[in-house]
Amino acid sequence: MAYSDKVLDHYNNPRNVGSFSKEDPDIGTGVVGAPECGDVMKLQLKINDRGVIEDARFKTFGCGSAIASSSYVTELVKGKHIDEAIAIKNTVIVKELNLPPVKIHCSVLAEDAIKAAIGDWKKRKGVAQADDPKGEPSRAATGSGE
Amino acid sequence: MVKLPIYMDNHATTPVDPRVVEAMLPYFTTKFGNAASRNHSFGWEAEEAVDLARNQIAAIIGGKSKEIIFTSGATESDNLAIKGVVEFYKEKGNHIVTCVTEHKAVLDSCRTLERQGKATVTYLPVDKYGMVDPEDVRKAITDKTVLISIMYANNEIGTIHPVREIGKIAKEKGVIFHCDAVQAVGKIPVNAEADGIDLLAMSGHKIYGPKGVGALWVRSKGPRVRLTPIIDGGGHERGMRSGTLNVPGIVGFGKACEIARAEMAEEAVRLSGLRNRLQAGLFERLDEIYLNGHPTERLPGNLNLSFAYVEGESLLMGINDVAVSSGSACTSATLEPSYVIRALGIDEELAHSSIRFGLGRFNTEEDVDYVTERVTKEVRRLRDMSPLYEMAREGIDLKSVHWKAE
Repeated sequence: MAYSDKVLDHYNNPRNVGSFSKEDPDIGTGVVGAPECGDVMKLQLKINDRGVIEDARFKTFGCGSAIASSSYVTELVKGKHIDEAIAIKNTVIVKELNLPPVKIHCSVLAEDAIKAAIGDWKKRKGVAQADDPKGEPSRAATGSGE
Repeated sequence: MVKLPIYMDNHATTPVDPRVVEAMLPYFTTKFGNAASRNHSFGWEAEEAVDLARNQIAAIIGGKSKEIIFTSGATESDNLAIKGVVEFYKEKGNHIVTCVTEHKAVLDSCRTLERQGKATVTYLPVDKYGMVDPEDVRKAITDKTVLISIMYANNEIGTIHPVREIGKIAKEKGVIFHCDAVQAVGKIPVNAEADGIDLLAMSGHKIYGPKGVGALWVRSKGPRVRLTPIIDGGGHERGMRSGTLNVPGIVGFGKACEIARAEMAEEAVRLSGLRNRLQAGLFERLDEIYLNGHPTERLPGNLNLSFAYVEGESLLMGINDVAVSSGSACTSATLEPSYVIRALGIDEELAHSSIRFGLGRFNTEEDVDYVTERVTKEVRRLRDMSPLYEMAREGIDLKSVHWKAE
């Protein structure tokens, strides 16, 4: 299978790899996927009091497309308000990275990671899930879809 | 100076040896006759070349030349052996004994027969090294068993099965023993007669011969094995496989066997030396890597390793000037990790992290050293990027984590 140039670029030069301290109250951490499925993404978002994502870090165990999806997502969410970030659909990732059908689940996982990270931040901040403008709970439990 | 890209996937296929190409060439142009043309020199010439190849091929497996049935490759040979025996001996029984790590050509032939209601199949498990226990074979045999199908050596993990013991049991019980010997022929000594094999599948392109040609060796005496053909037509190959013979391919296959037979002893030593160098080099440089397959009963050129916390396809992507293969789900058409690795009973995660190195005739020590460095560098980079590696370093037991994907 040939990889798109953008997948290769993110794989070879991943953006924002690393970890923030989980103790930091401004950090929301989302870990989605499972080792036995071959994909685990950890996405961490640094969110300020106005709900704006100031910074992002990721670590991913998974194929090149999974790594590229998470790398792209860290760029995509930076500067966005959480309400905006939580509405990001996996199709945006598919389009940007030109993912083939068999790699769609990588983009779904990345979308789930955003929701899981924001959900975690809200929980830590004591923001009720009901405050979620769309009333949508974290979809972390949906995993890779495999 | 190492020549890039490096091909180290010789279980998948091999390049055709230049000596083989040279032997084949005249049979495309000047000596193009149909081996079945009995009444002119073009046909005789082709038939003579095919006869020579039959001898060369029979010699490498310790069989008789007239017992060689040419096919389009080992997949066809496996299909013919399994479906042909079940059909021919249907009055006698309908049970097959095989094993979970067989090649898909065997497993799917069995599944087709099951689906059609023509056979019941016992799929034997393997031990943690991928080896089938001959006693399990014995216990699985019933009075309805017409066929045992166990491979000689596994294509993914290189484990060599105790074929001779299985052959003994087959003889004792009077059951036909088919052996897919694609990965073993030309790499390790195979003697169908002494091993007690009755049907043996082999392929040209795994031993530096051309693609599209293979053979099924069919025992003619003690017992004489009969088959119902799966391809009907002009009655070639003693009626067992109709179709005009692929003369250039057969010539190449024969030549490839001749070369492999002459060079096997020396080449096996060289290849296991290279393989051991690769294995030692990687184990020296990296922690938490695991050998898949048998530590000693293994094909000389095979090394199958799991690099914990690193997904196989991403590793392949990182070492893009080295051709190896992975048991990762992402590299398979089915999105399932390798059924062979999973059959070993190791963690599913490690199946996703497995890489198969297949060393061959044209690999050098320089190749091995380059691959060692390249893989080491990439595994380190990917582990730095892996949340699992981070968690393991923090002392978190990954098995205790409640993963949300389930």
